[in-house]
Amino acid sequence: MTSTNPPVNEGPELRLGDGPTPEVISEEEIHEEVKPPEVSARDAANWAKSVSRLSVSDAPADAVNLNVTGRRVMSPIQGFGKMWQKTYRVELANCESTPSEIITVWKENFSKFWPERNRFFGPLTGIAPGEVALLNLTMPGRLKLSTGVLVLYADEESFTLMTPQGHMFAGWITFSSFEKSGSPVAQAQVLMRSNDPMYEIGLSLGGHKKEDEFWEHTLSSLASYLGAGGEVDTQVICVDKKRQWSKATNIWHNAAIRSSIYSMGTPFRMIAKPFRRT
Amino acid sequence: MSQPTLSMDVRKAGDRTSIVDIKGDVTSGSEDVLMEAYGQASADQARCIMLNFSGLEYMNSGGIGLLVTLVVRANRQHQRILAFGLNEHYTQIFELTRLDDAIGIHDTEGDAMAAAGA
Repeated sequence: MTSTNPPVNEGPELRLGDGPTPEVISEEEIHEEVKPPEVSARDAANWAKSVSRLSVSDAPADAVNLNVTGRRVMSPIQGFGKMWQKTYRVELANCESTPSEIITVWKENFSKFWPERNRFFGPLTGIAPGEVALLNLTMPGRLKLSTGVLVLYADEESFTLMTPQGHMFAGWITFSSFEKSGSPVAQAQVLMRSNDPMYEIGLSLGGHKKEDEFWEHTLSSLASYLGAGGEVDTQVICVDKKRQWSKATNIWHNAAIRSSIYSMGTPFRMIAKPFRRT
Repeated sequence: MSQPTLSMDVRKAGDRTSIVDIKGDVTSGSEDVLMEAYGQASADQARCIMLNFSGLEYMNSGGIGLLVTLVVRANRQHQRILAFGLNEHYTQIFELTRLDDAIGIHDTEGDAMAAAGA
């Protein structure tokens, strides 16, 4: 068990007696000066650049752009409810595409595979690290929910979307493809906590089931598009049963509540529209 | 899918502190190695576990997910997780994914040791 030593740069050869007596540096001082080398990571282009708050540029005219601009992204650490890892996987039997070809198809047609009445307004440049996409979702009871996602990570065989404040859950979804037993597999894996107490109640009253159906539908649609059959296998693991009550105040950003208020104001906005200054 | 290369060595750094030296690639396929290292590091009732990332070569979003689950396990055991040796790129990723809310980031092992009070 040894510590990692920093790389040593080879310099000009020094001989004893060449110069003044060197200052004695204690072991502690050497320890303090050791810093990690700054190297260009080979995954640097795959990650979004660090952003403190999201912004949306060039939102499509038919998209409701709410609850995204100015929001921070949320990892499961900042969420409220129980923490879940959900894995949805389909084996693409008889599909001759490689994992990177499958991911290319998935990225290019991402919203086509979603269930009806749920819309993903991806960036014009496609799914790429740092891009922000708008989501207009239909919740149970035809409730409309407007939110978004940040493309956190993308490479040839996977991409990850991270949610902002106000989204139903705090966390990310990784879409990937890989070979298993000679067949390509497509997978969506969610690592999440509900964002606030209201969403937590909603998830326990059928929301989890709806979410499972959502991603099962997506994977089935992808498999059909690729001309492959296969049943979606769903695995759900509760990673943490504890709820983080200190995060209950996340409800302030709740996109469902804010979207409902926005919807209720629609008639008033229509009446006021002709009188608005352009 | 090619197998990522990863090794993790665990060493003691005080009565209740362990250091995990991470070398190689951290991806979703690293779960067994990471959790085994965490198990070794937690032996002797360690209260603080420090992750040395100076040998980290590559990490994807699956690797970040694993670190989140590690934080959950450590919280359950009332352990602190600290990190050092992250280069600028990975420090930014910790900030972007907000892992830095749960894992204290320090430049050097000495800084992390001082923060741990070891």
